[in-house]
Amino acid sequence: MSEPISALKMAGFDGLARVEDCGLQGMITLRGDLSARAVKSAVTAATGLTGPKQPGPLQIVSGKSGSAAWMSPDEMLLLCPYGETGSVLAAMQEKLAKVHALAVDVSDARVQLQVAGPSAREVMAKLCPLDLSPENFQPGTIRRTRMAQIPAALWMVDEATFRVICFRSVADYAFNLLKTAAHPESGVGYF
Amino acid sequence: MLILRCPYCGVDADETELAPGGEAHLKRFGPGSGDDDFHDYLFTRENPRGVHFERWRHAHGCGKWFHAARATDTLQVFGTYPAQTSEPPKEVLALIRAARPGWSWREFA
Repeated sequence: MSEPISALKMAGFDGLARVEDCGLQGMITLRGDLSARAVKSAVTAATGLTGPKQPGPLQIVSGKSGSAAWMSPDEMLLLCPYGETGSVLAAMQEKLAKVHALAVDVSDARVQLQVAGPSAREVMAKLCPLDLSPENFQPGTIRRTRMAQIPAALWMVDEATFRVICFRSVADYAFNLLKTAAHPESGVGYF
Repeated sequence: MLILRCPYCGVDADETELAPGGEAHLKRFGPGSGDDDFHDYLFTRENPRGVHFERWRHAHGCGKWFHAARATDTLQVFGTYPAQTSEPPKEVLALIRAARPGWSWREFA
């Protein structure tokens, strides 16, 4: 039996901020009419979030058993523990049986990176065409954007910690980008 | 550098987050149409100095197509709106009329 391993084998780098591979993370892509009752109850089954608490545009919300992130008007990304992905997916499929919706395990197609430290905002702002100032970007917001040459989704878990999700095939590129942006002598001190 | 507001997620997206999709509001001529109509549909495009309607895709964001009305000479953006429409919304047309009296673009003016 093969052992699942994360894309970067838990690599880490200390610079302006600590950049590290977050390891295996269960991820389920859910597509469908997000306002449909069956779709909402599938999200509840996966994350423990009840209807009104589910994320609106550009939000990421955490529930008892996982998080739900708004990806587009008809797409959500659900985060759960890696080992539970199969059972969570099965519970969701049951709820989605009668509606036109799609739930797929994409855990192994992605890599999750963390950028933590007081300069985390600055490190991310060097790579993404976003306004990452504290007035504009706070924990609870998720943005899909471009990180240098690759697509990425990023959000903050607290005031000094970013999480970034990229495709696994570009994990190495993403890690090297973040390492360069977090080079100890490349501080800008903007935020 | 253009910054367009995606009408689906509401973010001000940088041009590099978007993929251009050419001219908006094309009238399609498919099988059964005349050669001239098909030729024009396929090849004839507006290339104005001034008001222009374009399709854009929020490629690095929500992935949705939308339309934008902007001026090609000043990069002024008059508005963006969802792509599920065959003509620009009234508010956008009103803004363009106010900013550019006498403008016209295909059948819109």
